[in-house]
Amino acid sequence: MQQLLNGLFIGSIYALFAVGFALVFGILDRLNLAHPAVFAASAFIGIELVTVGGLPFWAALPAVAVVGALLGLIVERVAFRPLKGRPDAHFAGLISSIAVAGMLIALLQWRYGAETRRFPADAFPATRFDVLGAQVTLLQVVIVAVCLTLVVGLTWLVARSRLGRGMRAVAENPTAARVLGVNVDRVTATTFAISAALGAVAGALFAMNVNSAQLGMGSAIELKGLAVIVVGGMGSLPGALVGGLLLGVSEVFAVQYLGSAWRDLIAFALLFGILLLRPQGLFGGRRARQV
Amino acid sequence: MPHRALALFAATALTVTLTACTAEGGGGTDGGLVGEGTGEDCTIGSPVPVGAALSLTGAAGSYGESQQKGLELAAEQLNAQGGVEYELTVEDDQTDPRQGIAVFEQLTAEDGASVIIGPTLSTGAFQAQPIAQEEGVPVLAISNTVDGITAQGDYIFRDSLTESQVIPRTVAAAKAEYGLEKVVVMYANDDALAEAGGEVFAGALDAEGIDVADTLTFSVADTDFRALLTEAKAADPDALVVSSLIEAAIPLVTQARELGIDVPIIGGNGFNNPKLMADAGDAAEGVVVGAAWNSESESPENTAFLADFEEKNGTQPDQFAAQAYTGLMLIDQAVRSSCSGERDAIKEGLGAIEGVPTVLGELTINDERDAEHEAVVQVVEDGKFAVLE
Repeated sequence: MQQLLNGLFIGSIYALFAVGFALVFGILDRLNLAHPAVFAASAFIGIELVTVGGLPFWAALPAVAVVGALLGLIVERVAFRPLKGRPDAHFAGLISSIAVAGMLIALLQWRYGAETRRFPADAFPATRFDVLGAQVTLLQVVIVAVCLTLVVGLTWLVARSRLGRGMRAVAENPTAARVLGVNVDRVTATTFAISAALGAVAGALFAMNVNSAQLGMGSAIELKGLAVIVVGGMGSLPGALVGGLLLGVSEVFAVQYLGSAWRDLIAFALLFGILLLRPQGLFGGRRARQV
Repeated sequence: MPHRALALFAATALTVTLTACTAEGGGGTDGGLVGEGTGEDCTIGSPVPVGAALSLTGAAGSYGESQQKGLELAAEQLNAQGGVEYELTVEDDQTDPRQGIAVFEQLTAEDGASVIIGPTLSTGAFQAQPIAQEEGVPVLAISNTVDGITAQGDYIFRDSLTESQVIPRTVAAAKAEYGLEKVVVMYANDDALAEAGGEVFAGALDAEGIDVADTLTFSVADTDFRALLTEAKAADPDALVVSSLIEAAIPLVTQARELGIDVPIIGGNGFNNPKLMADAGDAAEGVVVGAAWNSESESPENTAFLADFEEKNGTQPDQFAAQAYTGLMLIDQAVRSSCSGERDAIKEGLGAIEGVPTVLGELTINDERDAEHEAVVQVVEDGKFAVLE
């Protein structure tokens, strides 16, 4: 029971991270590899807001989301927009986003040094609950609640709102969307901002959850995030949620039954198995992509 | 990638050759370093050049900074005493073994150091020390705890205790205090320091007749230990025994307490850092760590050191500052024993140190050039290390 909960907590952070990834990928068909750097940057910024800015954790979280959204806009403007007219825009954007990620990490190192940083010990009340014999902290409950709320909210946004309709129109065909009066550039930028804000919140929650933020934390979760969106179905938001939880739980059980060294193997075994058995992912439609 | 490695190697090799060329004729062994008189009355004409290779930035930056303060305090006091003057040069190896090699090159060749203090981490020491050994420059390690550091050559000494000197005492003291019968051992199995510590713990637990219910390994880069700790909790141990560096120790301790593991956590030397209490807060209570320096010791040397350090820096010293301070004091002892600041004289002097009263207690350098002195076992109480009697 405790292990199952452990898996759900870490899995919900994976899910939140992967949903941001999947949003840009599913709607704009762009793989934004600066996403993990935003994840790491926001953890450090969150810590600074709490330690230096004196914000309580509750207030720091929305602030981190705003900073993340700004970073997302910068990433879009710097790495993707200048290249959008090129015939190889997908690939070029992918490469330039790696460059932006490198710059972000270098800036972080310049600003904060290479040391591990942490939220102060009393940033969050250490309240504990006993659930069916398992120990659950208030923080973990908050993490799951925040993750689920954001993911469900996002799904609603994409399915129901005017902005969501714009996003889906752009996803279907940018040129047609533009003809129909959708401001494609604005929709694209907004999508990037929302995606990065989700990644930023995931970063701050992750740093809080494991009590450490490192420069390399983004690259550690990057491949897991990719595995999650492939497992869940490319660009499917509910798929990313389920995939994230699935990955979290299977990692925990891998640690328990196989040993900690097998932890990362499981993400890729899952990826491999899904690609073999169900290449479109758990929730992916059987839509053949035309090249 | 292989190309980059090759280029780096070539660049390093080139630097080494270049500095080796400029080394001709250097070496601080001119006649001015031999003085007159003995012991207290020894007077040496030129200042004795002492080099220190410390990790002032990077992952071990907090240790290095503390060491620098300890060294500077010692140098200030020794120079005020008169007779022999020490010219202390502190260089930063950025917690990078390659940089450590360059720093050792510079200290031995350009600066002509008579003796080198450092480096901060054992990993860097293994890489850099051969340079000094080859040039015949004595090295005094002030914080390295891995076995085999001094086995690299007859010019390598240390004043820090090894894990195998401290851990058995830690285990014995913890057993006496908490009546341990069954423990779970956890260590990082992809880091030389943590793994060696794990093995020393296993041997010490065996010698004390304590049952090891389970041995769990993790990676130094891990930050989420909940799954492992849940497993450890299921074994219902009397204590957790953990060997890891401070980076992993802090989340591990925090998460153990979150999961309701309230038994003592016995740590290796990696836990010996005030950051543990600063960053883990209340979760650090009940952590037991062996240490080479007893901050509560009431010996005249230690009382004076505590007061002087606080007056100069405005903060309390930690073990790393105490060991660094002791390091320069031992070098002074070695220099004065034959009243010479030359490299070989210092080497002889360091080897002959026996029963010298220091901040760390009565210290002897044994035949393996390792230090022998009293170790102390500490437990975290009210956010501070207290001595576990």
